[in-house]
Amino acid sequence: MNITINGNDHTIEQIETIEDMLTQLGLGEKLVIVEQNRQIIDRTAYGQTVVRDNDTFEIVHFVGGG
Amino acid sequence: MLKIGEKTFESRLLLGTGKYTDATVQQEAIDASASQILTFAVRRLDIFDKQQANFLESLDLTKYDLLPNTAGAKTAEEAVRLAKLARASGMCDMVKVEVIGCDKTLLPDPIETLRASEELLKEGFIVLPYTSDDVVLARRLEELGCHAIMPAASPIGSGQGILNPLHLQFIIEQTTVPVIVDAGIGSPTDVAYAMELGADGVLLNSAVAHAKDPVKMAHAMRLAVEAGRLGYEAGRIEKKQYAVASSPTSGLIR
Repeated sequence: MNITINGNDHTIEQIETIEDMLTQLGLGEKLVIVEQNRQIIDRTAYGQTVVRDNDTFEIVHFVGGG
Repeated sequence: MLKIGEKTFESRLLLGTGKYTDATVQQEAIDASASQILTFAVRRLDIFDKQQANFLESLDLTKYDLLPNTAGAKTAEEAVRLAKLARASGMCDMVKVEVIGCDKTLLPDPIETLRASEELLKEGFIVLPYTSDDVVLARRLEELGCHAIMPAASPIGSGQGILNPLHLQFIIEQTTVPVIVDAGIGSPTDVAYAMELGADGVLLNSAVAHAKDPVKMAHAMRLAVEAGRLGYEAGRIEKKQYAVASSPTSGLIR
């Protein structure tokens, strides 16, 4: 299926949930926050939240700042 | 003790986590500063460069209270979105509202800052807005219910120190919530001066991260915060035009 992550188009297969998506992207261990179609997804819900064709994601994390 | 919302802190020094070039140095600088509150930013993850250096990952964030900023926002809506993303980490409920209104000076947009603060207070955040040194704006932010006011000493990262002590003093005297001088600090002198003016705390980043020896500077800043605060509490003497002898003027030998 085709999804957009952080402004870039991606084709991703064999995933059902956000948790699957993060695992496939190699981000399973990282502290990331996910927004799906402008809705912030609770981190505890990644395993139950289904990814659909044409979804738009923002995947953000904490970086150094003042 | 510094009290922000329902939380109290021994340390009155808040430390930014940007601009470090070495994770070990950063950790040692944080230790030397004795800061309990760390600021950081929220950014897109580069999913193609997972090995990118992110020093925050080497810090044990559970040891600190986290103060995410909304840096990068130019509107209230963008700031609210960033704040909500940060809170979704489940690691913080405080937010430094930072809505920049001018790219050259990085001075805050007062109207967007006010709007963002109002919205985030409604959403239940502990709100600490970064503001200019305008006492009227500070009072309006306090009236909204902001938990602290964070006026700039001078432009972000400029190291120019306190350019308008009078305006900072107005804010300190005319608000009841904590006043944390944020941005523009260059040296321990600036920090001690802010604290002597009666500031409740100081937030700095570049002054430590870009010092020749960040760890030693972090230690110096900790001492400067303590010295300035003690000096404020002790109450300084009046300034006089002429000399007043410290030694007795009687009993002189002839």
